[in-house]
Parts: sequence; C-alpha cells; structure tokens
Amino acid sequence: MNNWSWEYVRDILPDLLQGLWITVQATLYGSLVAFALGLVWALLLRSPSRWVTWPVSIVVEFVRNTPLLVQLFFLFFVLPGWGLTFPPLATGVIGLGLHYSTYTAEVYRAGIDGVPEGQWEAATALSLPRRRTWTSVILPQAFRRVVPALGNYVIAMFKDTPMLAAITVAEMLFRANSIGATTFDYMEPITVVGVLFVVISYPTSLALRALERRLVR
Amino acid sequence: MSDDSTPKKATVGTEEDGPELVRFDRVTKRFGTHTVLDSLEMTVYSGKHVTLIGPSGSGKTTILRLLMTLLKPDEGTIKVGDAYLTHEEKNGKLVPAGEKHCREVRKNIGMVFQQFNLFPNMKVLRNITEAPVHVLGLDKGAAEERARGLLDLVGLTQHIDKYPSQLSGGQQQRVAIARALAMRPQVLLLDEVTSALDPELVAGVLDVLRDIAHTTDITMLIVTHEMNFARDISDCVMMFDQGRVIEFGTPEKIFSEPENDRTREFLSAVL
Repeated sequence: MNNWSWEYVRDILPDLLQGLWITVQATLYGSLVAFALGLVWALLLRSPSRWVTWPVSIVVEFVRNTPLLVQLFFLFFVLPGWGLTFPPLATGVIGLGLHYSTYTAEVYRAGIDGVPEGQWEAATALSLPRRRTWTSVILPQAFRRVVPALGNYVIAMFKDTPMLAAITVAEMLFRANSIGATTFDYMEPITVVGVLFVVISYPTSLALRALERRLVR
Repeated sequence: MSDDSTPKKATVGTEEDGPELVRFDRVTKRFGTHTVLDSLEMTVYSGKHVTLIGPSGSGKTTILRLLMTLLKPDEGTIKVGDAYLTHEEKNGKLVPAGEKHCREVRKNIGMVFQQFNLFPNMKVLRNITEAPVHVLGLDKGAAEERARGLLDLVGLTQHIDKYPSQLSGGQQQRVAIARALAMRPQVLLLDEVTSALDPELVAGVLDVLRDIAHTTDITMLIVTHEMNFARDISDCVMMFDQGRVIEFGTPEKIFSEPENDRTREFLSAVL
C-alpha cells in the first residue's frame, strides 16, 4: 500500500480545482435550467385541458423514472446521430437540468398547493386578472415555501455531477481519473475529490438550513 | 302562522330607493345531494343593507359566494344592475358567462372574508392599491391617495408600511375592508367578518362598518352572528332555513315579533 504524499497532492490540486470550477458551473447552470423548466412543468400540469396535462405528465414521469446516466448517454451519443450536437458541458447542463426539473416540478406543485384557498378567493373578489393573480399573489407566496426544498436538490445535483465524467466533461472526477491513469496512484486524487465535495456541500447545507429558519418565521 | 312549504320571494326596497341592484331569480345550488339554496328569489334595491341570518348550513354564505362568482349556481340566474352575472347575452340568447364577462360584472362587487385573506407578501398599502392599479387602471399615485383616504377611514394610517403579519386580526380585517372599498363597489359582501376575531377586537371592526353603512350609499349584504350590529345597520333581515327565505322584514319586526317558529327558535338560541 502506498503512503499518503502531500507533495503529490500539491502537484495535482490546481488541476482538480479547475475541475471543481467546471463542477460548480455545471451545478449552477443545471439548477437554473431545473428551476425554470420545473416551473413550466408545474404550471402546464395545472392546465384545465387534458390534452396538455397528459403529454406533460408522461414526459415528466418518464424522465423522473429513468436514470440520469442513461439520459446523459442518450443526449451525448444518440442525439448527434440525429444532427444535434452539443459540447460535453452543455450536454451535462441540459441533462442535469432536465432530470432535476422533474423533481423541482413536484416541489413547485406542493408550494402552489400550499397557498391557502382564501388567497385565490381574495384575488377573484378583487377581479385581479388571472396572470396578475399568479405573478403577484400566488407565485411569490409559493416561492417562499419552496426555497429550502429547491436548495436540497441543488446539493443533490452537485453530488451527481461526477456522472458527467462519463460524457467527457472535465470535472473533478474525470480529472482525478486521468491523473490516476498516468501515475497509477489513485488514492490522493480520488480522496481529494471526495474532500472537495464535502467542503462545498456541507457548508451549503448549513446555510440552507439557516435560510429555511429565516423563511419560516 | 308558519308555512315552510312555499318559498318566499324576498324584495328589499322599492323603485323609489333607486335601481334594482341584485336579483336572484329561482337560484338553486346543490352540493352533492344536499340543496343549499332552493329556488331562491330575492331582489335588493340600491343602497339597502340586508342581513342574512339562520342556522349554519342554511345557505347564507352560499348567497355571498354566488354573488362573488366563487360558486356557480346549478339553476337560475343572478343579475347585478343591468347585467347577468352568471350569463351573458349573445345574439339575444342567454348563455353561460365567460371569464371576461364575469370579471366585468364582478368589479361592482366587493367582499370581506371571515379569514381576512390579505396578501401576506404585500405591505398594507399595496394590498389596497393592487386591484385599483391592475384592474381599474388607476395610476399609482391616484391609487395610493385613495388608499390613504381609506386607511384614515378605518383608523390605520400609521400601519401603512407594515406587512399583514405585523397587525392584529382586527387591524387586518379593517385593512381588508379598505381593500374592498378601494374598488368603489356598488355592493359590499360581508361574510362573518368578525367570527375569526378575538372578542376584544370585534367592536373596532363593527364601528368601522357602522360608519361606512351610515355615511355611504353602498349596498350591503351581510352574514353575521352579531345581532346587535345587524339591528343597528340593517334595512332588512332575512331568515334562512334549509335553503329558503322563511321570513324577512325590518330588524324591529324580525327581532321583536317574529312570525315563524323556526325564526323564534333560532333567535332565542343566539340572542
């Protein structure tokens, strides 16, 4: 068994930190896609027309019930055959965003359902147009309720980013793996990757809990 | 004499009071197999204050909710002023009203709820200006001026920049009254507006409503358990039982010499 080498760690750290930056970008952009698309799903699923809700719920259930890795492979290896080619990181962002949008849709649904019926009635009593009711009454109240749950999915997504290594996104695990392949010494790179994940995700989850307490008040 | 079998046609006011403002024409509303309103015929002329009383489940609140279009009638028509609320005329035919027509007629009606239903994400001022700006098209300055005047009326000027959660229940309800009045409705619906309040806060809200009833010509339909308040401000009290008006008349008559046994029973239980 090898001994732990700090010198080795120092040598590979800059490369891994660059990978961390890719990981963070994938998470942030992926979250934006998931937040926006999830809201679109949630609103479409409330449509009075079955011709809207059926197809949308089929798509959402399908995406939610297939593994992220399969979806990433589909986007990366199958779509180019149909003439749709994206760079690896963009593919990863689309994949993560699409996959997690099916979870955030559920979060929004719960948040919207949580707005008391009386708010809808008050909006009706004031004759507020439907659009205005959504944008100024219902959604602002729903967002407050969903922030903690959305935050948890951001952390979950962050921890799923290593899957992007499988579609050649040069994030942390991909780099650690490449380093190991050349030095035949995997212990330090893989360990450092794990530690870097903890260093980011644990404080983030603490911050989320603090935010949650603030919003609940 | 008490004859429960024939529904009464209840009319409040006469043409001398001004135009006919609210008219229910054989309106029936059912929830499942339960009939909450049974072929109701009711006419209220402009400026009248009508209090609806009766045991719970007798259909009083349903009337207000139908007028506010929070419910749709199963049968019959409702008119507000010259326009049908539930229907619209197309090529001389009466068809169920669309959302746009509904909203247009509904502008004439304001409602105050038992649970206040203020918008918790907006400060007091914006709670009041939101609809005048986005429904009536008032500019922000004019809407705020109107709101300040109303907050003065309900005695809450100093709370203009607070959120609803920072106010007591009584204060919230007074804001809700101001919010409804800001739309300058012809008809104001008051649905058990003091029922959710702590007892010591009830008087403040009722004082504001008395003031409005006595100083404006707004038409009011009121569901309340505050019989003294009903006596003070009503032109007419209607007693409901099982979805029908079983007796109506001036508060003096209903409270002092009711004719119907059910009315007597009900009043002796609540007074």
